[in-house]
Amino acid sequence: MNEEPEDCVLDITDLRVTFATDGGDVRAVDGLSVRVAPGEIVAIVGESGSGKSVTAKAILGLVPETATTSGSIRLRSRDRSRTTEIVNASRSTLRALRGEDVAMVFQEPSTALNPVFTVGWQIAEGIRAHDRVGRREAMRRAIQILGRVGIPDPETRARHYPHQFSGGQKQRVIIAMALVLNPGLIVADEPTTALDVTVQAEILELLRGCRDEFQTAIVLITHNMGVVADLADRVVVMFDGKVVEQASTVELFRAPEAEYTKRLLASVPRIGQGRDVAAARAVSRAAETVTVVPAVQAQDLVIEYPGRFGRAPFRAVDTVSFQIAPGEILGLVGESGSGKTTIGRAIAGLSPVSQGSLKVLGHEMRGIREREFRPARVEIGFVFQDPATSFNPLLTIAECVAEPLIVHSRAGDARAARPAVNELLEAVQLPRSFGDRYPHELSGGQRQRASLARALALNPSLLIADEPTSALDVSVQSKVLELFTELQRELKFAALIISHDLAVVDLIADRIAVLYRGRLVEEGTGAEVLASPRDPYTQRLLASLPVPDPVQQRIRREALRGLLDGAR
Amino acid sequence: MTSETAVVARPKPGRRRRSVPGGGGLWRYLLIRFLLIIPTVFILVTLVFFLMRSTGDPITAALGGRLSGPQLAERIAAAGYDRPLMVQYLEYLGQILRADFGRTISDNRPVTEVLFTYGAATLELAFYALVVAFIVGIPLGMLAAYFRDRAPDAFLRVFAILCYATPVFFAGLILKLVFAVGLKVLPVAGRASTGAELQIQFLPNKTGIYLIDAIATGNQAVVNDVLLHAVLPGVTLGLLTAGVFLRLVRTNLIGTLGTDYVDSARSRGVSELRLVRTHAYRPALIPIITVMGLQIALLLGGAVLTETTFEWKGLGFQLAQYLQARDFVAVQGIVVLLAVVVALTNFLVDVIAAIIDPRVRY
Amino acid sequence: MRRIPILAQMRASVGLQRSMLLIGLVLTSVYVLTAIFAPLIAPYGFAQLRSDGVPFGAQQAPSATHLWGTTVGGYDVLSRVIWGAQTAILTVIVSVVLAIFAGIFLGLVSGYFGGWLDRILVLVCDAVYAFPSLLLAIVMSIALSGGQSSLWGGILAASISITVVFIPQYFRVIRAETVRIKSEAYIESAQVIGTRAPRIMARHVLRNATRTLPLILTLNSSEALLTLAGLGFLGFGIEPTAAAEWGYDLNKAISDVTSGIWWTSVYPGLAIVLTVLGITLVGESLNDLADPRLRGRRAAADGVPQAPATPASDVQVVSAGKEQEVVN
Repeated sequence: MNEEPEDCVLDITDLRVTFATDGGDVRAVDGLSVRVAPGEIVAIVGESGSGKSVTAKAILGLVPETATTSGSIRLRSRDRSRTTEIVNASRSTLRALRGEDVAMVFQEPSTALNPVFTVGWQIAEGIRAHDRVGRREAMRRAIQILGRVGIPDPETRARHYPHQFSGGQKQRVIIAMALVLNPGLIVADEPTTALDVTVQAEILELLRGCRDEFQTAIVLITHNMGVVADLADRVVVMFDGKVVEQASTVELFRAPEAEYTKRLLASVPRIGQGRDVAAARAVSRAAETVTVVPAVQAQDLVIEYPGRFGRAPFRAVDTVSFQIAPGEILGLVGESGSGKTTIGRAIAGLSPVSQGSLKVLGHEMRGIREREFRPARVEIGFVFQDPATSFNPLLTIAECVAEPLIVHSRAGDARAARPAVNELLEAVQLPRSFGDRYPHELSGGQRQRASLARALALNPSLLIADEPTSALDVSVQSKVLELFTELQRELKFAALIISHDLAVVDLIADRIAVLYRGRLVEEGTGAEVLASPRDPYTQRLLASLPVPDPVQQRIRREALRGLLDGAR
Repeated sequence: MTSETAVVARPKPGRRRRSVPGGGGLWRYLLIRFLLIIPTVFILVTLVFFLMRSTGDPITAALGGRLSGPQLAERIAAAGYDRPLMVQYLEYLGQILRADFGRTISDNRPVTEVLFTYGAATLELAFYALVVAFIVGIPLGMLAAYFRDRAPDAFLRVFAILCYATPVFFAGLILKLVFAVGLKVLPVAGRASTGAELQIQFLPNKTGIYLIDAIATGNQAVVNDVLLHAVLPGVTLGLLTAGVFLRLVRTNLIGTLGTDYVDSARSRGVSELRLVRTHAYRPALIPIITVMGLQIALLLGGAVLTETTFEWKGLGFQLAQYLQARDFVAVQGIVVLLAVVVALTNFLVDVIAAIIDPRVRY
Repeated sequence: MRRIPILAQMRASVGLQRSMLLIGLVLTSVYVLTAIFAPLIAPYGFAQLRSDGVPFGAQQAPSATHLWGTTVGGYDVLSRVIWGAQTAILTVIVSVVLAIFAGIFLGLVSGYFGGWLDRILVLVCDAVYAFPSLLLAIVMSIALSGGQSSLWGGILAASISITVVFIPQYFRVIRAETVRIKSEAYIESAQVIGTRAPRIMARHVLRNATRTLPLILTLNSSEALLTLAGLGFLGFGIEPTAAAEWGYDLNKAISDVTSGIWWTSVYPGLAIVLTVLGITLVGESLNDLADPRLRGRRAAADGVPQAPATPASDVQVVSAGKEQEVVN
């Protein structure tokens, strides 16, 4: 860590970035100092609002003009011929070094590519912005780099438009764009957050390749400790704009020093944590569940979305069978497009069932009318993925939580419901006074608690939670999950937890069902599914999940490689 | 003056555009879009027919004071206006299908002939106006987006609002006052001076579009005369549309300039001007074109007023004349023709927008 | 304070945006005040042809007795411009109020329930929307009045004509908002607890869907003014003896222009331009301020760190949704 000053591609000293907002100035980055050596991968880790993304943008001088930047960001070119100060650099200076000395990989591959130009053109455009080369030569180099990032048949693919690529391939194209001028440094801002776990593993592999092959240094911005453990050499932990801790990856995970880092690491869910709990619960419940009617029973369930303009319907859920016993928690795991959300919506009566049978609390959902199902809604609670959008922004939290009580005539109006609402807020560990606030005045975790309070207002016997924690930071996530487990133990409702995160599901579910492209590929207790998965997809899913432990992750990486090679 | 709000208040994803399916659905989409013209025109024709008839029959409206009661009744019976309204409506629909709009009451000409004769003049004016609108509106819109929130932007925006806030007939009057009456450099009104008009009238195959006809006469002086007459009306109507185009281009460009892909191009060292001109403009073009299509209505509404101001003998000028004469048969014919034009233009614009969008094309 | 519409926007605006909003507000206030106090300000009545038995005379150049001259019909230009403000504001208010109620109701019902009613309404409104509004207004005013009208008759006829033109606009905006809001998680969360449709519409959709309305309202007011002037210009407005109307006066001024008489056209014309300019400036500024993408921000003062108030247990600080993008 004690590089000579001249032996680093990036040297940030005492960086401060301040934004003007409606609520006054906010210091997003406050005195950050980091150095990155050639070929080194440095991860900047933090939760939302920690200033990590702003740091990434500042390195390329992309911070909006309304922000004030001070301190120093010194960037050295790959051939060591020039060093540039980024802070307060002129537009033309910045333009000259962007792409040439430093490149950026964006979080959302679907929005970082221009939809109306071919990917080959977009890569060539970057080349021609710096080198005086012909159109054809630029395109030749674009095709070459596409091949190197693992796009098959690059000659043809270069002529394709972004929408013709899958999410993972788009991210490869973006990495190709970053690599094409061979910069000494790549800033990757949450490069895998928008991707499925199995695709994430591939992209991480590619980024590692960039470093090994091109000796490119990488500044990796992420909130995912598993990704850090997998890729980074060194870690910078940020909180509230300040650096909390800076250490080598192995060191940080083995012996975190700062209190914040310890808490952060402790709150990351790990596979296998939930096993003992689930086993204990299973034993205690075993006797009672045998004879009762299941809360949810799906038999060869098929859900199709009608195709537009007379095209074939899209089958989102394909002959799926499962059941949830009263008081049992089923975890439904799958990647995007697996149909997991559709199943949840069908149980709540939001999506119609096409074929097969779905019984919810004794009601057959196929062809049911809203009028017939309405009485049963008292028994069902629903927690939505994004707590920011699941509350009417114009109603107070108390009014929102009171809605189910009023609708089902348990209370005349919001005022009459207030005592009950207060009790509910207390149950989810929110202060009573929060009832008078508007949703936007609460933080994400607080809103999700309120959302839980609303779902439990009528004391339902079935709760459906669609990605309840995926919009939350890990430290908040662990608290919400804890609360959920506690409430379930008390109120004994059956629950369906839908998530893309195996670790989250493992933590709270009794049984786990794995969905892949609308089909149920595996189902069993956490111990069965996670310790000895039978289906190849489950195996791959499990192996792709990076664990927050660099030593163990190295072993797992090899195992995944073996698994994929074996599959070929 | 429709569609000013459209620039801003229009729901962001174009209503029809988003439902366009990818892949082979393009032809299907175009077909459905084409078939949609029929109900659109039908609705407008029906609306106009019943609205205009709600006050009574056209003959009473036009000749009410001039003829005695029995004479009037005789004329009404002869034209069949005494039959039930539904019968007349169905008959009118049948006539329209055969492109027959009846005869005008005031000067007893076939409406179809009126439409052809004066339609050419309006087409010519609309063309000049569009040229002005494109030349002025689009580059200035780009400039405003490039300088956003700085002085040139503020200046351009006020200019755009002024273009829109000035009623075309007032803009026309002012331009006339300055250039025709004050400076005497441009003609006051009309499409050509009497001499040129005569030469054009004697041409064997007239198109009705004076610029083409003037070129056909082979006389340079006539061409110049026609062009000079076109300047003020063209600029007047063009500026109205240019103001809308400027705001449209600016707003959409600012929208796309904030996207990730523009940031991503910026992070590759693409220059700011190129970001505006290429990376942001091309994707912005799709919504811009869609909304531009809706401006055809603004343009036609403006044409009615511009033509009246400059005595440009087109459909709008004629419409105003027939309105004065309460000749509602002619008015109805003109309005129906304009409805067809609007529906067709909007269809063409949607086709163009669909074709330039690669997400639809492939 | 935050809840008073225009004031809140004033405080949020910066630099050029603020001056545009300010100019707009000043012009609009002058217009509104003129309209209200027209009887006090105007030197003569709008239909007055003589004072103390002496005729004004036609096309008199501006002088001490007639500051802005007289028209071809022998009216005082200044007085007619001032009275015209009153006619215009009445028309705008009536038409916009009528259009808003009809548009909101139809848009809400159509957007929320969908189905065949929705399709037909969309088709009709799209057809009307695409059609030149001035022509539609003309046809409407023929239907309503046959073209002749008194003050209130004229204002009502003009207003209703303009209303018909505007209903599709409100309909489209409200419907699009309703469709968008319908797929929001908070509507679904109302549905899963079994809330009935009327309650969802009244409690959740309506207020959220109409948030953008003040902006459209200002922009539509300017359109209403222009349409009214257009109608007047083509001779479908209000008779000169019934009320003063700027468009009508401009129509009568066409022939004056050719002979170099400028005062009959310039003053009523400028009145239209400045009024529409003022209202549009207000509308556009409000629109910009409501749209975070278009909104300019003041640059942060350097070296004034200010710890944001952190809500108790969780790390995240969210003052408003859009700030997250910046800080995240």
